[in-house]
Amino acid sequence: MTDFPSMATGRDGRFLNRTEMLGAAALALLVFVLLPLALDPFRLNLFGKYLTYAFVAVGLVLCWGAGGILSLGQGIFFGLGGYALAMFLKLEASTPEATAIQSTPGIPDFMDWNQITALPGWWQPFHSLTFTIIAVVAVPVIFAFIIGTAMFRRRVGGVYFSIITQAIAAILTILIIGQQGYTGGVNGITDLRTLNGWDIRTDEAKTVLYFVNGALLFGCLALAQFVRRSKLGRILIAMRDREDRVRFSGYDVASFKIFVFCLGAAFAAIGGAMFTLQVGFMSPSFVGIVPSIEMVIFCAVGGRNSILGAVWGTLLVNWAKTTFSEGFPELWQFGMGALFIAVVLVFPDGLAGLWKQHVEPLFARLKPRPSAPQPAE
Amino acid sequence: MTEKTPKPTFAAPSRRAFLTASAALSASLFLPKGLRAQDFPTAAVNTTGLAVTDTEVTVGILHSVTGTMSISETGSVQAEKLAIEQINKMGGVLGRQIKFVQEDGASDWPTFAEKARKLLVDNKVASVMGCWTSASRKAVLPVFEQYNGMLYYPTFYEGLEQSPNVIYTGQEATQQIIAGLDWVTKTKGAKSFYLLGSDYIWPRTSNKIARKHIEKLGLEVVGEEYYPLGHTQFNSVINKIKLKKPDVIYAIVVGGSNVAFYKQLKAAGIDMTKEKPLLLTISVTEDEILGIGGENIDGAYACMKYFQSLDNPNNVDFVKAFKEMYGNDIVIGDVTQAAYLGPWLWKAAVEKAGSFDIDKIKEASPGIELPTAPEGYVKVHENHHLWSKTRVGHAQADGQYKVVFETSDLVEPDPFPEGYQ
Repeated sequence: MTDFPSMATGRDGRFLNRTEMLGAAALALLVFVLLPLALDPFRLNLFGKYLTYAFVAVGLVLCWGAGGILSLGQGIFFGLGGYALAMFLKLEASTPEATAIQSTPGIPDFMDWNQITALPGWWQPFHSLTFTIIAVVAVPVIFAFIIGTAMFRRRVGGVYFSIITQAIAAILTILIIGQQGYTGGVNGITDLRTLNGWDIRTDEAKTVLYFVNGALLFGCLALAQFVRRSKLGRILIAMRDREDRVRFSGYDVASFKIFVFCLGAAFAAIGGAMFTLQVGFMSPSFVGIVPSIEMVIFCAVGGRNSILGAVWGTLLVNWAKTTFSEGFPELWQFGMGALFIAVVLVFPDGLAGLWKQHVEPLFARLKPRPSAPQPAE
Repeated sequence: MTEKTPKPTFAAPSRRAFLTASAALSASLFLPKGLRAQDFPTAAVNTTGLAVTDTEVTVGILHSVTGTMSISETGSVQAEKLAIEQINKMGGVLGRQIKFVQEDGASDWPTFAEKARKLLVDNKVASVMGCWTSASRKAVLPVFEQYNGMLYYPTFYEGLEQSPNVIYTGQEATQQIIAGLDWVTKTKGAKSFYLLGSDYIWPRTSNKIARKHIEKLGLEVVGEEYYPLGHTQFNSVINKIKLKKPDVIYAIVVGGSNVAFYKQLKAAGIDMTKEKPLLLTISVTEDEILGIGGENIDGAYACMKYFQSLDNPNNVDFVKAFKEMYGNDIVIGDVTQAAYLGPWLWKAAVEKAGSFDIDKIKEASPGIELPTAPEGYVKVHENHHLWSKTRVGHAQADGQYKVVFETSDLVEPDPFPEGYQ
């Protein structure tokens, strides 16, 4: 198990050390300069979509890499965040004029198809953008808090926790699909058009959203780094490696776990909301077990101990998915399978591990000078 | 019942429909056979930058070839490729050979949206044949409207939609339901119905229309139930059916659930060949019977617009060509045939418009006739759906349907049926 040597010591007291700085700068260069210059709006929008999954992967690095809590249900929070925003956008798109063809104009089209004749009460607050923005983060965090409290207080952990999160993801999917009159069912909430009058479907809007998305992601990365550098981050690692000792030292282990789980949920929710904005719809296919596990794979490919690695991993896997499936529509899943096998066999610590093993020694040789032990990036 | 000379007759043609029909007729009279590309300079037939060259035109095929829907969608992909190959052999469209870019929707609706955008923005395809589930169509619809693409959508579906950017080559719900219910009440004397289906928009909307129609006829619905997709335990509903003794079980179960449903019906002692109760479905084509097993569904009735066993010259040729291309064991269901119509309808629209421009195709599409359709004869309505006949098939133990009824006229598509909503 890879550790965080610099974190354990934290002796230099800097927010980012030299290699971390280099990694962050490289990522920023890619996201804010290279991709926008190199790609047409359509491809840029695709990368924007990939980056929304990176929010989840960064949250997973904190929960799983640092805290040792493997959640196989991050799709729950991604979905809740995405659905909250989709509800607002759908209400905005469902003006009485735009829905005049329905039996009940002024309600979302899927409600009309399901013989619902009035907007349900719990949809009403989503007319307000302020409420929606709060709800995007608050609803998933509250939900994560409830799950976390129910489990960590009872000292449910490890595999059992993973299985329960999976079960909850499955339950939520079934609930959303079953209550199609209120949620849009399998189809999801589609045909979203404007955000407070701003058409989100145009190429310009998509480019703006891409940069907003990138900025938010770096915000989350900074927050994640802050947590890792803090005393809290060190307690998390201690918990992961020897939970009992931390408990016996007088720490309230459950509270730390709940906190980091909620933080991961908040990141995932922001990703979900940005996903809805950039893709233009939300559907239950992001809530269930399969997408949740996929998100863990992104994190594993990147290296579960590295927040920057998680972003790289997400980009690599999704880019490969798009490229393989465009080139070989009937065989692409074998390509993806080969990629994952390669990750496990050749670089078990993910991209971050590769970087650490092969790239960092090069830097060290270029600039031979005594330095603190390097972190896992 | 056979159909030797397809004769277009319309239930109630409006004045406008008549005008477009006559316009279509006159346009087709002026079109020479064997169009040559040099008569249609690329700059003139493609003013919006689609992927059209002097020799080629690119279209997209967008279906799931991986994931749970691939079983259903593979037939559509095969039919579309067959149609494209046949069109190319005949000289292509406006003298241009059709090339296709195939993308995989992977049974995942957001992937459909992504690939649709890719086809329209990157490949600049002149049209797309694709989608199967309603969910995938709903996901790509905004994309087609935004980038002004043309989608040929093959599946029978719930209606309640009419986009200028889509040609619906399958039936909307009323075309599949009403004639079938009339048939079962008239010839079988059915008085009571038990509705059941998988729980999503298509079965629910279809059963809503069925219920309204049954009630209009003054008959009775004795039960209505829905089960999640993939559900495999139908024993409780089978017991209820035995208790309520309806004359007709009206089943809209989809996908893998079908296998469990029909096997359990048989195991519970409901012998469909005795028709007590009679089973009428709108969701089981020859493709599904492959999974269910002919012996498990022997005696049921299905209401579709196409059956592989249709006896008309068009269909004999179509089935032969299909088997030559994909092997003798292949079966052809209703949707596969509808998918086959897509490239042909697009070709007809392009030739009528004399242009590949999407806006001109939209305008040219209503009124297009296809007398060579395997199902007989179809015609595009102004609402972009097809006029087509409704047929009832009787399932045989060999997995085929025997056609026992067809409407004498083409049924008008009515995606927003008044009085049924």
